[in-house]
Amino acid sequence: MYSRTYKSLVSLPPLVWVGTFLLLPYALMFAHSLWAVREGVIVHHWNLDNYKALFTNSLYAEVLFRTMRIAASVTLCSILLGYPLAYYLAFHAGGRRELLYQLVIVPLWVSYLVRGYAWKTILGSDGVLNGFLQYLHLTHEPVGYFLYSPFAVVLMLTHIYTPFVFLPIYAALEHVPRPLVEASQDLGANSVQTFWRVILPLSVPGLLAGATLAFVLSLGDFLAPLLVGGPSGTMIANVVQSLFGAAFDWPLGAAISVGILVITISLLFLSEFLEKRWAFQ
Amino acid sequence: MRGATLLALYAVFVFAFLYLPIVVLVLYSFNRGGVGGFPPRHFTLSWYTQLFADSSVWDSVLNSLIVAAASVALSLGLGLLAALALDRADFPGKRLFRRLVLLPLILPGIITGLSLLMFAFLAGVHLSLLTVFLGHSSALISVATTELFAGLQKLDRAQEEASLDLGATPWQTFWRITLPNLKLSLIAAGLLIFTLSMDEIAVTFFLIGRDNTLPLEIWARLRRGITPEINAISTLIFVASVALIVVWYQLRARSLGARSQEFLEQLGEPS
Amino acid sequence: MSASPANPPQELPAESAVLLELRNVAKRFAAVDVLKNISLNIAPGEFLTLLGESGSGKTTLLRLIAGFEQPSSGEIWMSGERLDVLPPYRRRVNTVFQNYALFPHLSACENVAYGLRVRNTPASEIGARVEEALRMVKMQGFAASRPARLSGGQQQRIALARALVNRPRLLLLDEPLSALDANLRKQMQSELKSLQREIGVTFLFVTHDQEEAMALSDRIALLCDGALEQVASPREIYAHPATAYTAEFIGQTNLLRGEIRGGMVTCGALRWPSDEADGPVMFSLRPEAIRICADGKRQASEIKFRAAVRQQFYGGSSELLEVDCGNGQTLRVRVPARGPLAGEQDFVFSLCDATRVRE
Repeated sequence: MYSRTYKSLVSLPPLVWVGTFLLLPYALMFAHSLWAVREGVIVHHWNLDNYKALFTNSLYAEVLFRTMRIAASVTLCSILLGYPLAYYLAFHAGGRRELLYQLVIVPLWVSYLVRGYAWKTILGSDGVLNGFLQYLHLTHEPVGYFLYSPFAVVLMLTHIYTPFVFLPIYAALEHVPRPLVEASQDLGANSVQTFWRVILPLSVPGLLAGATLAFVLSLGDFLAPLLVGGPSGTMIANVVQSLFGAAFDWPLGAAISVGILVITISLLFLSEFLEKRWAFQ
Repeated sequence: MRGATLLALYAVFVFAFLYLPIVVLVLYSFNRGGVGGFPPRHFTLSWYTQLFADSSVWDSVLNSLIVAAASVALSLGLGLLAALALDRADFPGKRLFRRLVLLPLILPGIITGLSLLMFAFLAGVHLSLLTVFLGHSSALISVATTELFAGLQKLDRAQEEASLDLGATPWQTFWRITLPNLKLSLIAAGLLIFTLSMDEIAVTFFLIGRDNTLPLEIWARLRRGITPEINAISTLIFVASVALIVVWYQLRARSLGARSQEFLEQLGEPS
Repeated sequence: MSASPANPPQELPAESAVLLELRNVAKRFAAVDVLKNISLNIAPGEFLTLLGESGSGKTTLLRLIAGFEQPSSGEIWMSGERLDVLPPYRRRVNTVFQNYALFPHLSACENVAYGLRVRNTPASEIGARVEEALRMVKMQGFAASRPARLSGGQQQRIALARALVNRPRLLLLDEPLSALDANLRKQMQSELKSLQREIGVTFLFVTHDQEEAMALSDRIALLCDGALEQVASPREIYAHPATAYTAEFIGQTNLLRGEIRGGMVTCGALRWPSDEADGPVMFSLRPEAIRICADGKRQASEIKFRAAVRQQFYGGSSELLEVDCGNGQTLRVRVPARGPLAGEQDFVFSLCDATRVRE
């Protein structure tokens, strides 16, 4: 139905754009990771030194593992918050469901920076939380741990990514055919059993999708650590950022980025594969 | 029913967690004593008056608006073509293309930002609002493509055939039938891209030149120290976001219920 | 009388005795031959139905004529000119789509005016022609309505008006009544038939419903697995089906398999003389052609046989009997309603009602 001219006219501009501004830059990043820095200048001398450094220098491994721990904590907390919320909306909210759904979406539209900044003001030594605790005489001096710690990073990122995790879980729960739940109850299972044996397994693809997204995005986040992380809350993306900033070693930074890229894409493929396998429908 | 009540309470708790920081933010923007301490006393609007007098903030707002508007235009244009291509054309590397288009959405922004920085550097292009614009468009074309592709899938192919059957050329069919049916998708995608561009930090961070966008202006001030002026502008951003989502939701309410539900599931794409 | 699929292509008509000509048209999708060597002529002003099950290729054939697909081989000619090389918007052919495909963002009259507008018909003319088209389908009061506000039947009429307003040479209808409920269907069938007679446009109608085809058509083209089984008028195709498939698809029948030997046809318990050559043979015998022979007498041209009534299905004005002739041979007999029957009965049928069919 569509002529050849139509098809080429339609495909060419986006292909050219994506090739030039996505494929090429990613390829450049990969190329940079194989180059080196000599006396403050990037030389196009092909080598694997950067990757060697990554594997031999324990500092990078340490930061990477801390980053993964943080990302895992964020994912876990987001699920602990997001799943029950999604379950409540899908099965118990009744007529208020639409309104409540919108209420979950609203924070997503509010700026990342704004939300991060809000936590910064709350958690600081002079912040609202400390003020509140002292007001209630629960503490007598400011607790320093709230801000500039991995705790703060996890807290902030959980706040950011809970709605992200909520969305696909909610979609999956909504798609569970109600007759299945009724059949389960008809056969004698109570609410908990029905949840565990019927609803949860059917919601796994949505759960996986949300969890992967939260994990992958937390892994590569560099703004949260800068805002609320402090030195103890540095993550791998901050290392990259400084290598592109003051520490000027683009090739090394590119190598780490490639590492992050590889981890991310592997996780995405794994998640996709598992989602398909456990879809049941 | 005890379980259900517990669940409801938990839901309230989660909502409180989601909204608490924003509420605090807004509250303290009116607090004379600035940020911190509890409870807030002395209502004042002085932070807002200070904000309105601050010209560099408004310069950055203007910059953000320009970049956002341009990004919407380019992303929608290219995204529409990409969606049409994915829906109707078969070409070698189509599957790769599809994945590539989606990548900036799921990869951390730092990677996209840095790749484009290296590209700009090698091409000898100075960092400026132009590079920011190019970065936003590249990252956000995926949003447009996804949304418009979904819209195209819902379009009844028979309508385009009917148009051709009645004597309209493919070009006429595109303007009279295809585009009007995509109107809602276009507007929804446009609003989303606009919002994401206004808020974009990760990619912008590495592509910014002398002129700041709003998020980066706020960021720069944060580096210098917290002032309640930032609370004030954050509150304004929050109000603007809520206004936008209300508008957007009204637009969706005009279409079928099931459609808007599915679209919302695609919402929340990270930048 | 009936065209066979392997007809050689006919000569170009001197006048418009033939409106549409399909010459050895075939269509292949991937590795599947959806249409095999179709040759068919459609006369101007006739109501021709393409009848077939799903997968028979009837919709594909329609789309080839409309222009949304290209034939893999063969040609399509209309009024002496090559049709298949033209894009859909240059053919004087219009389609009524199965789900109507009305434009939801346009009102009913804007839908109808669409074809006129895109070809830059003067505005003054558009108004009059749209009104005329709406009147033809009895939808004058609904000009300003959006399709979403109209019922299925009303949408169907607007779709019809939208196609007819362009005065096409050929109107294609792709199962237009399949989405309507039974009563509305009957009503629309009647309206379509009278509309076609009134305006005289050639209709090419696609359906899987053989009753519908029989009621509406001047001729029926039966498609099976991408090939034409038979092309004939409804009466002809019913009374003289060419193949077993046709006999079974159109109406109900008894397929009698047997052989001719030495001047006698033997199909199970049924035997009668024949002067055809020896060999295997198959006959189609309609259930209503068999009657109960109460007095045991038969006419010279009738064949009598005895069978036991096994099942009786009451149908209001008639009954359908399943009778056992022995040796596992079961026939169906349709008789006027007469109360319960039991045991063995004598049945007769007329020899001319047994039509010989191909496999």
